[in-house]
Amino acid sequence: MPGQKFGPAWFPGLIAIGLMVCGACLIFTAKDQRLFVVPAWLSRPRPLLAVLSVLLGLLFYVLAADTLGFYLTGLLLLTLWTRLLGASWRLALPVAAIATVVIHLSFYKLLRIPLPWGILERFAF
Amino acid sequence: MLVLDPYVLWVILGSAVFGLFVGAVPGLTATMATALLVPVTFFMPPVPAIASIVTATAMAIFAGDIPSCFLRMPGTPASAAYTDEAYAMTKKGQGEVALGAGLVFSVIGGLFGTAVLIAAAPALAEVALKFSSFEYFWLVVLGLSSAVFLALGNPLKGVVSLLIGLLVSAVGLDNPAGHPRFTFGNAELAGGLTLIPIMIGMFAVSEIIRGIAAIEQPWQMAQARIGNVFKGMWELTKKYPVQTLRGSVLGTAIGALPGAGADIAAWMSYAISKRFSKERHLFGKGHVEGIIEAGASNNSALAGAWIPALVFGIPGDSITAIVIGVLYIKGLNPGPMVFLEKAPEMYAIFLVFILANLLMIPLGVAAIKGAKQMLRAPRELLLPVILLFCIVGSFAINNSGFGVLLMLVFGLVGYLMEENGFPVAPAILGMVLGAMLEENFISSMIKADGRLLGFFERPIAGGLGILALAVVAIPLLRRFFRSAA
Repeated sequence: MPGQKFGPAWFPGLIAIGLMVCGACLIFTAKDQRLFVVPAWLSRPRPLLAVLSVLLGLLFYVLAADTLGFYLTGLLLLTLWTRLLGASWRLALPVAAIATVVIHLSFYKLLRIPLPWGILERFAF
Repeated sequence: MLVLDPYVLWVILGSAVFGLFVGAVPGLTATMATALLVPVTFFMPPVPAIASIVTATAMAIFAGDIPSCFLRMPGTPASAAYTDEAYAMTKKGQGEVALGAGLVFSVIGGLFGTAVLIAAAPALAEVALKFSSFEYFWLVVLGLSSAVFLALGNPLKGVVSLLIGLLVSAVGLDNPAGHPRFTFGNAELAGGLTLIPIMIGMFAVSEIIRGIAAIEQPWQMAQARIGNVFKGMWELTKKYPVQTLRGSVLGTAIGALPGAGADIAAWMSYAISKRFSKERHLFGKGHVEGIIEAGASNNSALAGAWIPALVFGIPGDSITAIVIGVLYIKGLNPGPMVFLEKAPEMYAIFLVFILANLLMIPLGVAAIKGAKQMLRAPRELLLPVILLFCIVGSFAINNSGFGVLLMLVFGLVGYLMEENGFPVAPAILGMVLGAMLEENFISSMIKADGRLLGFFERPIAGGLGILALAVVAIPLLRRFFRSAA
């Protein structure tokens, strides 16, 4: 920056130097450890599927919530997650429905947070 | 007598419950509670209006401790400082001690801060105003060096985590030069990466991933029964009077500094507690001492923040920034004259502070018991619902889906970090303080014309600077000399 010794690149630059120094120290102090430890659950199908469903579910929410609306996305995701984690249909569906409604009402009506309506726009209140 | 009006008392009760709810949901902060109350206060006379905000924020700051203790998901950034400690206590079956201590010592801290507010507000405000960018810079350095002490385990990894947090805070347009950094031309990134979704991601989502990955193991939800929340509190008060006092004093002092609030106070108090503790080796495995000091600190910071707000109209933290607006609307213009011209209202406000802190006790106990009942729910139902809450909480801060994306990404990052021994808490601290650090450094450099020695020329700055350097250097030197001997 003209006229100033310390511009916008100074702060990130300092952080970068710090990270490099710490990284080097870590490499030296940990030279006898395994490079990468694979967690045990990655090899088992049920936990792996469950964790993937969480990550993909969150991604799905980011992409689809505006078009589908909170009610549909929330209901879908909660049912998916509870079912995948082992809840029966008898428990999963009602809990998903009630939780979605309660969360929506408390955040939308009480706290005035504009959760997306999506295709249910016509029923908006 | 303005306070003992039934309307005011109902308002206080209502806002306490509201503050409890907002504080306990990860993603909703005490500042948000205040902002949401403002439109409601338009229709109220001055005393209940201010009373509602005071009560709601006091409850919210405590309520953030509840999910932080039971679920390792801090409800507010102020609780993030001792989340790991409280959760470790829950796993040992001592969750009620952690929360009881959080409650009782929050009340004590809050009452202490109120007492200071009542007795010494103008005098303290004078000192607070002497803080310029140099003093703030050293204060932030002191706060950041807390991260080195906070790191449980490998301090080197703690520093890396801190640097990651600082790097994240550097993203965006919001820097002294106004130059877009790391934005890649994206409008969302230009606004910077907001703290709350990242905090929810790194603490809550990573914990959910951990819980879900262990789906085939039995659900060890800590202890079976909640005991009396107050059991042992008197012994704790007798055992840790210094910590209580120290936490309250530091909290009030930091709260009184404009711009520094409960979050920073909690972090620094926790670090100081660990640093000067006689039982330092117990920290991190579930030890109540740090929770006592930090819990007292963050509630006293709330009261301390009102000192510059009332005396000068300068906000002590983000909550009082909003409150000052309300004060003006209600005709209680901040300034030294307000204590003379509007004395009955001012005394009423002080009384409300005391009432709010005392009200925390019964409501807090009810909240703790209620939360514990909720945790009896089976994991396969509880975790998805919490996840949906987290989604909404991340969305709510900017009303943007980008928050949810941040939560997802940093949830993964936080999980990977912790699996490899990198503590997440210093990263959050780095994000909270990064902007303050850079801004104050650059302003100070401009003022001192590029001379580093200028950082020590002002008396308070010099003192803080030497303290900061000592705090960082002495443990390093000690370790060096010990290994050389």
